[in-house]
Amino acid sequence: MLHGTADLATTLLAQADPGHARAGSLGRVADEWAGVGAWIETMAFRGGYNTNTVIAGTTLLGLAAGVVGAFALLRKRSMMSDALSHATLPGIGLAFLAAGALGFSGRSLGVLLLGAAITGVLGVLCVQGILRWTRLREDAAIGIVLSVFFGAGVVVLSAIQKNAPAGAAGLDKFIYGQTAAMRVSDAVLMGAIALVAVAAAGLMLKEFALVCFNDAFARTDGWAVTLIDLLMMGLVVLVTVAGLQAVGLILVVAMLIIPAAAARFWTDRLRVLVLVSGLIGALSGYLGSVTSSMLPRKPAGAVIVLVAGGVFLMSMLAAPRRGVIAVAWRRWIVRVRMAGDHVLEAGYENLRAGRPAARLSAEELGSLARERGSPAWFRTIVRRWLKSQGMVWSADGGLVLSERGIERGRTVWRNHALWEQYLISCADIAPSHVDWAVDRVEHVLDAPMIGRLEAALRDRGVALPDGGPA
Amino acid sequence: MNVPSPIGGVSSALAERPEHSPESPLSIHAVTVAYQRKPVLWDVDYDAPCPGPDGAGSLIAIVGPNGAGKSTLIKACLGLVARASGLVEFWGRGYRDARTRIGYVPQRESVDWDFPVSALDVVCMGRYRKIGWFRPVSKKHRAAALACLERVGMASFAGRQISRLSGGQQQRVFLARALAQEADLYFMDEPFAGVDAATERAIVDVLRDLRAQGKTVIVVHHDLQTVREYFDHVILLNMRVVAAGPVGEVFTNENLQKTYGGRLTLLSEAAEAIARGAGDR
Repeated sequence: MLHGTADLATTLLAQADPGHARAGSLGRVADEWAGVGAWIETMAFRGGYNTNTVIAGTTLLGLAAGVVGAFALLRKRSMMSDALSHATLPGIGLAFLAAGALGFSGRSLGVLLLGAAITGVLGVLCVQGILRWTRLREDAAIGIVLSVFFGAGVVVLSAIQKNAPAGAAGLDKFIYGQTAAMRVSDAVLMGAIALVAVAAAGLMLKEFALVCFNDAFARTDGWAVTLIDLLMMGLVVLVTVAGLQAVGLILVVAMLIIPAAAARFWTDRLRVLVLVSGLIGALSGYLGSVTSSMLPRKPAGAVIVLVAGGVFLMSMLAAPRRGVIAVAWRRWIVRVRMAGDHVLEAGYENLRAGRPAARLSAEELGSLARERGSPAWFRTIVRRWLKSQGMVWSADGGLVLSERGIERGRTVWRNHALWEQYLISCADIAPSHVDWAVDRVEHVLDAPMIGRLEAALRDRGVALPDGGPA
Repeated sequence: MNVPSPIGGVSSALAERPEHSPESPLSIHAVTVAYQRKPVLWDVDYDAPCPGPDGAGSLIAIVGPNGAGKSTLIKACLGLVARASGLVEFWGRGYRDARTRIGYVPQRESVDWDFPVSALDVVCMGRYRKIGWFRPVSKKHRAAALACLERVGMASFAGRQISRLSGGQQQRVFLARALAQEADLYFMDEPFAGVDAATERAIVDVLRDLRAQGKTVIVVHHDLQTVREYFDHVILLNMRVVAAGPVGEVFTNENLQKTYGGRLTLLSEAAEAIARGAGDR
């Protein structure tokens, strides 16, 4: 929806000034991809003065956005920063007009960014106002403010393009950003903003954390929650406005959200989260601007966001504890182990039934599998896993349990029986309904819980299942 | 939110009320709270007892049905929700002057437990106001926080990320954070909700400890079975104070019937009417 609006803006601007808008459209390719060699050259800051300026500026911007974005994410204000960035557009146009009326040059970046900051903050205040005075939820309030302010910006900009073409060219660059136009003074500004962001995060880490985690407690504890919130929001405004020129108002929100969201996969510690988020932001800015300087038309903002998106995807998949693969792997291991436990339990039951060995015939294995509804490939994996653990070995198409296998089977059998007894005698569950409930719990019982189960059963005078200390 | 009081002439009404003791840790004068114009607390008056001659404090339960305004009463005392009318005083002073002596345990569900901090980090938050702006948490304060975790039996979980604690353990972390505030008056919002037996015992032990130290603890409580055992005083609340005082005198079947029974229809109908009136305008 947003990008549709942006396209509309470009179209509107194209109608106003056809010669100008061509540069913003994705038309003819002017030059070709320069090759890996040149890419590495650029990475080593040998791509020329202008390129180096852009690389330094975007890296510092990425660092600032990553650090500030960590707090925006934790305060659950990510979408608020999207409303903020879209609400900057009318400010840019109005600042241009106001400066022109007062006799300044409307192209002064400082004036434009001041205007951007003013309407951006106004947009955030509008969201807060809607939340406070109506029953609308935050998502609706943000959607309304974001689109209305952006629409106002498009109208203002197209009016400017029509009536004051001289000097007005390039205002629409703030929509998609124009990284290549970054000058040394801009890069220095990015450095200053990064410094402010890092200093604020370092100095006020505990205040920010307190308000992000539990603002009601902070308020009762006497902290100026509104002030701390304003400081956090102020940092977001600073980074957003600084990022307008580089990545554009549509994509700047990505610089705030993505590094923090990616960093969250790698750590459970706040300090590390802020650090990693800043580093991912800086890395995205660096790799993105280097890569885009090699590309025709240099769409740096989009490439930076794509690099950040790549880091996010990798984090989401590959992070050691919270990553998707790690979580799926842990579930898989539990599933295989549970299936293995069932085999061992059945083998031990055979031994208890008076067979000479803890042996499971092929038919018994087959009926066990039917009962559990597990496919053949899964049974093969479970059997291999049991063998690799030294729990069983194969014999005439069936399995024989080793000492270790018997030991494990006995434990599972006993936990199963204990839990069954507990449910029947203490929790008033009918015996016929017990089995489905015990199927999983016997694998997760730890020693203290088993102790409590035994105590509960002893208190009720229920005989404990044999095979363990009574 | 500045809703005019549904009761006319608060000041004249105040004059007729029993006098409030300036030594009382908490006096609630004619507090009314409304959400979206719908009153949830009507004209609540309460004086917490002063510490006795033996120096012991008191444990006070707020009891009432769902939607009776129990949490709202606590939040109104702490200034977290706006009062439509009325006044709350602590030791005869306003909240601002007294808040360094006040501690708070919010409802466990009110925060995101996936926050990237450890149990000890959360307890350290109780020390922040002693540490002050900008300064990092020093070894001394960290040790004090650890001692508070120890008091709720959670010292061995100090380094664990809070989402990997059970619900009861999370509740004990919140309690430890309040202990770290070293307050004289505590507000606890449903600390016993959904906790395991070990946590319930730990909380009760801490409450008795606090009473022995002369502190006043006000607890939103939902379990009528344990009121007699755990608490000295009780506030029976259902939009207004049905009865308040020592458990032995006030916690009677008749009063419980009044609190939970159907005698409040007129009051809630009036509240609905006020809310409807607001909508029509």
